[in-house]
Amino acid sequence: MWNPEMEMMSRSELEKIQSQRLKNTVERVYHNVPFYKKKFDEAGIKPEQIQSVKDLARLPFTTKQDLRDNYPFKLFAVPQDEVVRIHASSGTTGKMTVVGYTKHDINIWAEVMARTFGCGGVNHKDIIQVAYGYGLFTGGLGAHYGAEKLGATVVPISGGNTKRQLQIMADFGTTVLACTPSYALYMAESAAEEGIDLSDLKLRVGFFGAEPWSNNMRKEIEAKWNIKAFDIYGLSEIIGPGVASECMQQDGLHVCEDHFLVEVIDPNTGEVLPDGEKGELVFTCITKEALPLIRYRTRDISIITHEPCACGRTHARMHRVMGRTDDMLIIRGVNVFPSQIESVLLEIGETEPHYQLIVDREGNLDDLEIWVEVSERLFSDEVRKLEQLESYIRREIQSTLGISAKVKLVEPKTIARSEGKAKRIIDRRDVYRQS
Amino acid sequence: MKVKQLSVFLENKSGRLATVTKVLGDNLINIRALSIADTTDFGILRLIVDQPEKASRFLKENDFTVSETDVIAVQMSDKPGGLAAVLKVLEDIQINIEYMYAFVGRTDTDAVVVFRVEDIDRAVDLLQKAGVKLLCAESVYSF
Ligand SMILES: [Zn+2]
Repeated sequence: MWNPEMEMMSRSELEKIQSQRLKNTVERVYHNVPFYKKKFDEAGIKPEQIQSVKDLARLPFTTKQDLRDNYPFKLFAVPQDEVVRIHASSGTTGKMTVVGYTKHDINIWAEVMARTFGCGGVNHKDIIQVAYGYGLFTGGLGAHYGAEKLGATVVPISGGNTKRQLQIMADFGTTVLACTPSYALYMAESAAEEGIDLSDLKLRVGFFGAEPWSNNMRKEIEAKWNIKAFDIYGLSEIIGPGVASECMQQDGLHVCEDHFLVEVIDPNTGEVLPDGEKGELVFTCITKEALPLIRYRTRDISIITHEPCACGRTHARMHRVMGRTDDMLIIRGVNVFPSQIESVLLEIGETEPHYQLIVDREGNLDDLEIWVEVSERLFSDEVRKLEQLESYIRREIQSTLGISAKVKLVEPKTIARSEGKAKRIIDRRDVYRQS
Repeated sequence: MKVKQLSVFLENKSGRLATVTKVLGDNLINIRALSIADTTDFGILRLIVDQPEKASRFLKENDFTVSETDVIAVQMSDKPGGLAAVLKVLEDIQINIEYMYAFVGRTDTDAVVVFRVEDIDRAVDLLQKAGVKLLCAESVYSF
């Protein structure tokens, strides 16, 4: 464990620290960020009314739209000359989301990322290959600083160039891999094509995040790479990777609660939900200087618990992200998350997770078509068996989601995949296309 | 007495079969027999080629899904009732035929029928005992 003092602190002790930090942050944003002054004033909230974490729900939310409206630096709570780093994420629509860090913020980031690696039993003796992209994206540099803070040996290879990744992994004796889960699968696939036996590698653990994935995908990564695969969570608006990470129990991700307060709300009403109820994750930064967002709505769907964890950490755990409030597809009135469909495909046990959902509208009826690539494992020389497979998938989807879908088997590599994030949904319905 | 057959998954879109034959042709692999089973969405191309391992590798390199299956090849005499006699034997020994197809050899009086059966080892054994002439792999590849 990287920081047992903080990570195993008693809840009452932790709450004291959180309350103090929240008070300071609220005070600071009220006086330094005109956006927050206006927002608090409109909500009739004075900073002195926030005395402890129990008052958190009185504060207004911050949304992604607020970040866009204040593009690029208007939400910063420090003068620009104190900002030492900028990151940005390009949205699929609209303006980039720009975030800034002071020196202090960069240190916090390294601290929470070091905890993430520590959660997976990594220490200064390890060789960490960071295959997240470096640049404006927070993945690469976030993992990098955390790994250095830990004292591990960092291989800052960034994403892409799969052949070289595998070569270096073998030659350097990399023990830890950090990348997106889809890239881990892509690399495993490339290794198989190159005839490289992944079990010959020294790789022991992997930290995967920055995109949604399922437990079945984890099993597949663990089996193919012969490693333990940890789910990590973060978003640039809050800090980047390091917000939360799984421990050896692999039963939820510990949120670094001494830096980020976590809540789950009903995405429709904004009401705070109790532990165990599914809703939208909301984070409040309580130690950051440059961009301390208050009650930031992540649009990620999850569940939190404060139950003690067998690992000894006291910080709350969030369930792996179960979907996005905005990626949620509404098909014939039913809420559908791509992750649910992925689970169906993987639970069949014989499908590679290469699939794409195509939603269209015929007349007034939504039409869901699921393309599934036929892997060797799935393939049969008998038409009957492939047809059985198609109807099996169709039935499983029907029973899990309650909607019917057309299943189409397609040739390998038909579905476009990049070395970064996989394109899972094609929505051709104009009616749901949002600006 | 078993012959390797390659099966290739094909989507029903134009040019895919041509791509398969081009990949094989470019790599100097001879197709001895070819049969397609298809549905509205996809097809399964079944091939007997002179160098199955190489062919499978080249096709996989070109992103096709390929599987190898053992099949039985029976040389048909040009006498009437040849096929019926073989089918009768398979029925008698209760071997299910998953599918079958025929191809003609270099001289048009010779025909070969390929059978994909459930329990191939038992089928080979019993067919031979019944006096059916099975072709070995080498002779089919050069038939
Ligand atoms: Zn734990």
